[in-house]
Amino acid sequence: MPQNETIQDLGLDEYKYDFVTETEPVFRAEKGLSEEVVRQISAHKEEPEWMLEYRLKALDVYNSKPMPKWGGDLSSLEAVLDEIYFYVRPQDQMERSWDDVPDEIKNTFEKLGIPEAERKILAGVGAQYESEMVYHSLREEWAAQGVIFDSIEDGLKNHPELFREHFGTIIPMHDNKFAAMNSAVWSGGSFVYIPKGVSLDTPLQAYFRVNQERMGQFERTLIIIDEGAQAHYIEGCTAPVYTTESFHSGVIEIVVKKNARFRYTTIQNWSNNMYNLVTQRSMVHENATMEWLDGNLGSKLTMKYPSCYLIGEGAHGEIMSIAYAGDGQHQDTGGKVVHVAPHTTSSITSKSISKGTGRSTYRGLCKVHKGARHARSNVECDALLINDTSRTDTYPYIEIEENDASVGHEASVSKIGEEQLFYLASRGIAKDEAMAMIVRGFIEPIAKQLPLEYAVELNRLIEMEMEGSVG
Amino acid sequence: MSDASILKIEGLEAKVADEDLPILTGVDLEIGKGEIHAIMGPNGSGKSTLAKVLAGHPGYEVTSGSVLFQGSNLLELEADERSQAGIFLAFQYPVEIPGVSIANFLRTAVQAHQADGEELDIFEFSDILTERMELLEMDVTFAERHVNDGFSGGEKKRNEILQMAMLKPKLAVMDETDSGLDIDALKVVASGVNTLTEEDPEMSILLITHYQRLLDHIEPDRVHVMVDGRIVRSGGPEVAHQLEAEGYRGWSEADSIADGV
Repeated sequence: MPQNETIQDLGLDEYKYDFVTETEPVFRAEKGLSEEVVRQISAHKEEPEWMLEYRLKALDVYNSKPMPKWGGDLSSLEAVLDEIYFYVRPQDQMERSWDDVPDEIKNTFEKLGIPEAERKILAGVGAQYESEMVYHSLREEWAAQGVIFDSIEDGLKNHPELFREHFGTIIPMHDNKFAAMNSAVWSGGSFVYIPKGVSLDTPLQAYFRVNQERMGQFERTLIIIDEGAQAHYIEGCTAPVYTTESFHSGVIEIVVKKNARFRYTTIQNWSNNMYNLVTQRSMVHENATMEWLDGNLGSKLTMKYPSCYLIGEGAHGEIMSIAYAGDGQHQDTGGKVVHVAPHTTSSITSKSISKGTGRSTYRGLCKVHKGARHARSNVECDALLINDTSRTDTYPYIEIEENDASVGHEASVSKIGEEQLFYLASRGIAKDEAMAMIVRGFIEPIAKQLPLEYAVELNRLIEMEMEGSVG
Repeated sequence: MSDASILKIEGLEAKVADEDLPILTGVDLEIGKGEIHAIMGPNGSGKSTLAKVLAGHPGYEVTSGSVLFQGSNLLELEADERSQAGIFLAFQYPVEIPGVSIANFLRTAVQAHQADGEELDIFEFSDILTERMELLEMDVTFAERHVNDGFSGGEKKRNEILQMAMLKPKLAVMDETDSGLDIDALKVVASGVNTLTEEDPEMSILLITHYQRLLDHIEPDRVHVMVDGRIVRSGGPEVAHQLEAEGYRGWSEADSIADGV
């Protein structure tokens, strides 16, 4: 059998959750982005005046910024944005308990296995359906410890001072065009606060899902980890397949205070028509540790570079990412570490897989500012190419203003080779299984960092998609 | 062919696929059940190509001749089917599979050898693996390491022997298993092979080697000399000693003086 035929069928990009549930939105703003839409969103959310002003100002910033000329191909994006509904609200009221969630929405969640997952180890589930949090639970002992795990809207309502102190300070609206867009129309997302010294053993998890054709999703998450606290937040997300193009642009802001430790894990498996342009950044204070674990599958184009600003002495930042680019997909991902304070350390580990005409780009920045003495950073990016038509590029930007910095960069590109396949075949292992094994092994250093059920799901996804692929 | 024959090669010719470069130019060889044969020969004589062709490497194309394995046409099987039928190739350069543990790799391989896709009992597998590792005097933590990733030459070859011990082939083709090993590592590997042949006297082995020294530790029943893509001489263990003393000089022009198999 020709090798290409086998390999073409690897099929990870074929979307697993290809189903749509009929739900009538209660309110839907007009198509496209305008001042009117922004005012409607803010009014619907009964926001304070300052937030409306913030949104309107962000809209101006968005309109004044040109489309980025770097990264992926955004040439057809403006036409897409004209056709998008920037705000859809499925329900008027926040649901308190699972029993109150409408059946149709429950069906969707059930197909995604959420109730089951919740029964097991999920402690607080924030499930975002379309643009709004419809279901949110938090274990009682956490509440007793002062932990806040709310929708972003409730964060603003119930904790206005804490919210306003941090909102937009980590990622200002001017940061980039899509951060400005999100600042204007954000809706849904999580607000998390872990008080001083509180350590959570069980991860906080949020599931969310885009389920409305031509709907943009602009989730906004703000997480504050106070001094000496420890927590892990997990966001997994899936979207059904549509024929028209769709758009997602999130902003994730995280503050990790002195001696605190935080990990943010995302596995995103978007449908093939999705533009996924996300800004996620953390401010890491003295002797604190921030870890990003980022998995990107699907989408038409993803541009996403989780970043750590190491602003306190001894701060540590770590970014681990997996990207899978299937046919026609472009994963433009990587990470940014910015060393501002002395004795700060960081590492970036990036693994990408490109199949068919898929393209993966590693784009990373390591910057050591003047005054960040004795900084240490290590970047490792590995690309695996499945076909001759697959593509990978590496853009590692390194800017160093201190001469005692230690910065390492390693990049590798490999192709699933005939020798590897022959070795496995000579042990009786059929080609599809051999391919799956090599891909699983390639991502193993990062997959093993995932909570068990996520690692299992990722492996199962790879296996499932390859089953019966050899005809 | 006799009932006791496991492998019978006749007039085998093969070339590099996509190239007009013949490497095997007419190999004749028959191996009986439980026999140990050695093929020796200079660099480029086609020894390793013969091993790969037997295992079904897609980089080579058979242009003429036949290979019967247990009386059936081996050449129509894919590489994985040959393994499942009972052929094992111990690689000269074992391939690294980063991120895949030896235990996981072996479980998948043993599963592939199960008759009719019967589900392998994971506990049973684990017991067998432990038992096999003890037999080969290997530390059980070895199975947690990633396949050949960062292994020394000796570790890679021991890993091949472990795989052989797990898959229990009917015919093991060992391609320059001795290359790159110091004398201590060579002894360990040879002792592993001897343990397996003692355990299963019906297992046949085809040793491909450059040097006599491996044959000091694994005693062959027959020794063949390969030059320019075919076997030019066959005999008992004394052939190896003779070669060691005289070298391969003169063989390439020599007429075939194979004394029959």
